[in-house]
Amino acid sequence: MPRARATETLDPGRYLNGNGLPSKPLVAPADTAGTVTSLRERCESRMRARARDQGGPGTLTDDLAPPEVSAEPLSDVPLAELAAQFNLRPSAARPGVLAYAGQLWDRRHFILGFATARNVAMYTEARLGQLWQVLTPLLNAAVYYLIFGKILDTSRGVPNFIAFLITGIFVWNFTQRSLITASRVMPDSLPLIRALPFPRACLPIGYVLIELQQLLMSMVILTVIVLATGEPLTWYWLLAIPALALQAVFNAGMALFLARLGAGADDFGQLMPFLVRTWMYASGVMYSISTISTLKHHATIRYLLEINPAAVYITLVRNAILRSQRLAAPGSKPFDQLKCNLYTTHLSDSHYLYDSAYCHAQVTPGQFWLYGAGWAVVALVAGFVFFWQAETRYGRG
Amino acid sequence: MAEVGAPTVVVDDLHVVYRVYGAGGDKGTAATALMRVIKRQRRPSVREVHAIRGVSFVVNHGDAIGVIGRNGSGKSTLLQAIAGLLPPEQGCVYTSGQAALLGVNAALLDDLTGERNVVLGCLAMGMTPQQVKDRFQSIVDFSGVGNFIDYPMRTYSTGMAQRLRFSIASAKSHEILMIDEALATGDANFRAKSHGKIMELRGEAGTVFLVAHNLAEIEASCNRVIWLEKGKIMMQGTDVPAIVDAYLEATGGEPRKRDNTPTATSTPDHTATP
Repeated sequence: MPRARATETLDPGRYLNGNGLPSKPLVAPADTAGTVTSLRERCESRMRARARDQGGPGTLTDDLAPPEVSAEPLSDVPLAELAAQFNLRPSAARPGVLAYAGQLWDRRHFILGFATARNVAMYTEARLGQLWQVLTPLLNAAVYYLIFGKILDTSRGVPNFIAFLITGIFVWNFTQRSLITASRVMPDSLPLIRALPFPRACLPIGYVLIELQQLLMSMVILTVIVLATGEPLTWYWLLAIPALALQAVFNAGMALFLARLGAGADDFGQLMPFLVRTWMYASGVMYSISTISTLKHHATIRYLLEINPAAVYITLVRNAILRSQRLAAPGSKPFDQLKCNLYTTHLSDSHYLYDSAYCHAQVTPGQFWLYGAGWAVVALVAGFVFFWQAETRYGRG
Repeated sequence: MAEVGAPTVVVDDLHVVYRVYGAGGDKGTAATALMRVIKRQRRPSVREVHAIRGVSFVVNHGDAIGVIGRNGSGKSTLLQAIAGLLPPEQGCVYTSGQAALLGVNAALLDDLTGERNVVLGCLAMGMTPQQVKDRFQSIVDFSGVGNFIDYPMRTYSTGMAQRLRFSIASAKSHEILMIDEALATGDANFRAKSHGKIMELRGEAGTVFLVAHNLAEIEASCNRVIWLEKGKIMMQGTDVPAIVDAYLEATGGEPRKRDNTPTATSTPDHTATP
């Protein structure tokens, strides 16, 4: 009898799917288990196969003969009471929102290390390596210069349009890339989430930090381009720092928000590029909301477009580093109906480009700062609370 | 630390369900997807796996619990639920502190060098940069990957990657320690080294869970054993050899021969006995 059993077990797949079919050994016994790349990957791929086989939940298809079980009594008191008696806490408990923020602060080194490491890893496959961090924005700028500066040769009623355009694109890219990567971060990081306990908000915030590092590289390029177009270097440039800081806070809040939305079904991730592109066209990246003639009789729409967060941060940075924008901004000169009309009727005439300054401003430069700060705070608080509410559920997939 | 004999882990009627994406189903064309939306059917490519189905047990301080069962019976899921990495669908897990799950598959970033993985893994476990600096060399030495520490992890052999992961995860002592198949990795030399490390960690930890297909390891290390089958507890108790024998009997394995020199492997992977 023992002999018969021993020969029976020669096929290692036998007790894995005892359906009588010839089976290749899915998993060898313990000895060779160490040669498979990842136990979890192997596990999940088998789960999928079984789920399909069964048309329902389950992991194993065959039945084992249950042994004669002599159940040991667990406890006289209900288990929940026992746990309370010995001061045990639920393992999947969510900390309070402030405690959670504290935990996040404790892991700041992890967030920073994670962001830096991902940034480095992004270019390891490329021969030029980190050089791409500089080349990518440079090529971007070259393409826009070629199309808008040379081929279309349009100013769209904006003085120094090339600098205006490239500033808008670089600043917008920071928000765009943060949002798109954040909407994918939870499903992409599922193995990490199921392996280590840490505040999950580390992940979307880390991704925003990656984009911030990219942005700083772009800003170096931008500085060179803007100076090359003839803009002077002034103290106003320092205002770009708080503007970008507010934008980073806003992006972090939005990233937390989108990370939770993207943690469920993937449909949201598919929709994101379209939402983001629509937002880009609404934010005056390639035109000036405050002076575009098509919005002349739609004051409310113009106002809403001007105070939308992306437009606010773009405008703040433009006003900081582009003297031409500060001079041409509506409201920067005393109102003059005649000169304002001259500007709107001669949009393509470079002679009147700066006369937009004589028009009415719907949002003043000071108000832009208030909106910028307001959006940052609202996005961060709302995004953080929204993300925190699902903290214990991200591992489920 | 809790007093000896006091419960450290209470699992109360635990059910765990997790979602699996990308499972097969229909032909996968846009037309079939549209029909699904119109008929209001669920996506067949999303399956819910009911991996743990009503498990209850109490573990006391000082216990070493072996978890056995066939592949796919829910052992790793159970440990992930105890560590709070997978949320319970129903029921609850109560623990006296953060349980550390030490698996061979602790996710690391494959594109990064071993060195960065060591630093990031330690930071993720909550160490300070100074602590990481202090322990860095000992982690690298223990893993024995040598010069490869400067190479990206994707260039590592499977054994090397697992050695490094184990070294990172075991760099910290934990009150509740769960070891998921960590001894199955690496060559004979590393298995001996990692066994010693686990014994050391057990000495520091209050409670140890051990998942292994190596039943000799379970019998040598554990004073209690839980046998999981299809997400339910088939048997549990302190009579470790009896439960191990019952498990082998049910799965068609050969009963273990117990003598003074326990064999390295107990699952039959050799030809018929003479």
